[in-house]
Amino acid sequence: MKIAIPVDDKSVETHICQSFGRTQYFLIYDTETKEKIFLDNRAAGSQGGAGIKAAQTVVDNNVNVLLTPRCGENAAGVIKAGNIKIYKTISESIQDNIQAYIDGKLSLLEDIHAGFHNHGGE
Amino acid sequence: MQGFIIMEENSLKIAVLSGKGGTGKTLLSVNMAATAKKAIYIDCDVEEPNGHLFFKPQNMMSEEISIKIPIADEKLCSGCRVCVDFCKFNALAYINNKLIVFDEVCHSCGGCVLLCPNRALSEEEKIIGKVQKGVSESVTVITGILNTGEASGVPIIKKLLKDLEGEKEIVFIDCPPGSACIVMESIKDADYCVLVAEPTLFGVHNLNMVLELVTLFKKPYGVVLNKCLESENPAEKFCIEKELIILGKIPFDLELGTLNSNALISARENKKYYEVFSSLLQLVMKEVEHETAINS
Repeated sequence: MKIAIPVDDKSVETHICQSFGRTQYFLIYDTETKEKIFLDNRAAGSQGGAGIKAAQTVVDNNVNVLLTPRCGENAAGVIKAGNIKIYKTISESIQDNIQAYIDGKLSLLEDIHAGFHNHGGE
Repeated sequence: MQGFIIMEENSLKIAVLSGKGGTGKTLLSVNMAATAKKAIYIDCDVEEPNGHLFFKPQNMMSEEISIKIPIADEKLCSGCRVCVDFCKFNALAYINNKLIVFDEVCHSCGGCVLLCPNRALSEEEKIIGKVQKGVSESVTVITGILNTGEASGVPIIKKLLKDLEGEKEIVFIDCPPGSACIVMESIKDADYCVLVAEPTLFGVHNLNMVLELVTLFKKPYGVVLNKCLESENPAEKFCIEKELIILGKIPFDLELGTLNSNALISARENKKYYEVFSSLLQLVMKEVEHETAINS
């Protein structure tokens, strides 16, 4: 099973990024091999539609689940079309969230926001 | 008098703009249009057009405006993703052997359709708003309306301004607020730009934004200071420092505010205001003539 997580840096000590579409990197974690790969998010600097492009990257890497604090509706549309389940993270720590997911303690992300579409957002 | 001939052949277009909403673009363009002998008023603030509330135009005609959105033929699509990679706005995704098009992200450039090596993409029309046309006394009132939720009003503005070809009357373009793409589209063909500013520091910031825009577009312009009080006016100070032409000052006046809040055209209601806006228009015309003379 492969897990994707938006992260700020290419290191295991890094934090989970608050933005899905404009995260700098994705951590792809394989629960069987315990292998960790960091992918560049080519959508980070997009003028628009970053969520769509970021989601395409996640789908293209044959991920099974996405752990993220938030996700916009366009990105969620792509992710769901790729049969990937989206779970809501509970803290900034990567390890804690992976463990929580494995233990079945994470819940599905329900509050898909309408997207910020060039208006930034926090 | 070559400049004069140019003006005879084409309509003279005056754009009214400001860096933020609520500075008085509509007040100014509606009232100046009302004092002109014959005029066309165009509301390019397609997200929230309100000029028609003042003019209450009669004999309304309406035309729907649509844009072109790509649609994929699944049988022809090979999944090569040329279109996905090309789209600068990321309006396309290719998931589970299927192309997904995000209509509201698409800017209708048509690039994906041109590039598709399998000719799997074609275009379909999508209605995004409408243009309404009516008459109010001597003014032809044209309003652009963008449907709620649509991404860009630019196609509607293009239509509004394209329809002007061949017109001879003086045109007032009531621009959307700010200095983004939609404003650029609105002032592109303008012969003169009137910048409206509020007497605050925030007003100065907003004035500077549109000032940069009209400078970039090499448009002749002048400033109208609205909501003027007795006290110090940072916008006026800014104009003096930058040596900008101040076309006029409109007082922060309870009577004018009341008329305007009741959706009445002050220049039609009160002789005093007729004089204010009529002299402003004359000054603008003089400036335009001067500009045309030095540029011809």
